[in-house]
Amino acid sequence: MTYRVVHYINQFFAGIGGEEQAGQKPLLKEGIVGPGQALAAEFGDKATIVATVVCGDGYFAENMDEATETIIGLIASCKADAVIAGPAFNAGRYGTACGAVCTAVKDRLAIPALTAMYPENPGVDLFRKETIIVETADSARGLRKAVPPMASILLKLLEGRELGLPAEEGYLPQGLRKNLFRAEPGAERAASMLVKKLRGEPFETEYPMPVFDRVPPAPALKDLKGARIALVTSGGIVPKGNPDHIEASSASRYGEYDISGVSDLTSADYATAHGGYDPTYADGDADRVLPVDVLREMEREGIFAKLHDLFYTTVGNGTPVAMAARFGREIAVKLREAAVDAVILTST
Amino acid sequence: MVKEIERAGFPVVHMCTIIPISQTVGANRIVPTIAIPHPFGDPTKSPEEEKALRRALVEKGLKALQTEITEQTVFND
Repeated sequence: MTYRVVHYINQFFAGIGGEEQAGQKPLLKEGIVGPGQALAAEFGDKATIVATVVCGDGYFAENMDEATETIIGLIASCKADAVIAGPAFNAGRYGTACGAVCTAVKDRLAIPALTAMYPENPGVDLFRKETIIVETADSARGLRKAVPPMASILLKLLEGRELGLPAEEGYLPQGLRKNLFRAEPGAERAASMLVKKLRGEPFETEYPMPVFDRVPPAPALKDLKGARIALVTSGGIVPKGNPDHIEASSASRYGEYDISGVSDLTSADYATAHGGYDPTYADGDADRVLPVDVLREMEREGIFAKLHDLFYTTVGNGTPVAMAARFGREIAVKLREAAVDAVILTST
Repeated sequence: MVKEIERAGFPVVHMCTIIPISQTVGANRIVPTIAIPHPFGDPTKSPEEEKALRRALVEKGLKALQTEITEQTVFND
């Protein structure tokens, strides 16, 4: 038999438009749209994409429950045997929507569903336990590679065949544990792992430790009147001309700039180096991103003791987490030396 | 950046527009702002109104910094 598959995509991949069309409400299109072509080719005659559900990423993010309800209704009306969503690559709202749709399909329609995205997509952490997520590259350039595992896993789920391990099949680990028999007992495997570790050779753990990357909240600021407040931003506000050449995306550095005596960030002296958002408003008045004017006012009124003379700035557009963490550590050392009490960090 | 600065012991308030990203990254004190290209402003308003809006947001941020919390908290009002 040929299975009936419904494909979920966003407004961009449907060719409706970019960010300006992100408010698109859910709609049903017959047959294949956009990346569905590649999936259909991979399915061959085993499955057919009977319809494509399209929803704007902005609309979904702002109306999650309502959007999910409508989308489930549209999918159910197609008498689908399975749903495939994305791939969403590294698009955060799209990934979240794909994960939410697949989870709802599984729970409410009791048919197989899967999606695909980049491991750092926020949708992964939110939905990896509930739905199968095929690993992809961070951009649509990875479509060709993403399609074969998406199709083969979906067919396996449809045919009720057992899935292999995540690494074998190409999906992201769901945190499930399975019992199995090994030829060597645990003690031997552990000893040989230890030997490899001592030799500095690569080895694969059988029990990866979970990463709880959370920092406990720091104690609240007790004495606002006596406090020194520092400003940090990922919104790319820099002295006009961007003297340190902070990159418009994937920043490799941050800037430290003196604002002592500055009571207003004017368009004559400050602008944003950030790519990826319309700079008109930040360039027109950088206080809209880094509120120096009102902080200065409050400092004069004695609401707090001092606005720190230096502010720290970088561009948070596509900047790797490891890089941002390094900036944070370095900035923290400087803030401590300057006896800063609390930090306002602004992001666009 | 938020997390590493907080790890060093400073209370940090993350004032931003895309709350889910801040939550995923792991900021602890989060204050929602106005819009991506102008978190502390609204170009449709007069400069005076805009500044008042900005001041109210910053006051909210300072209040968040003075609030004792035990887990990630979004300060909506």
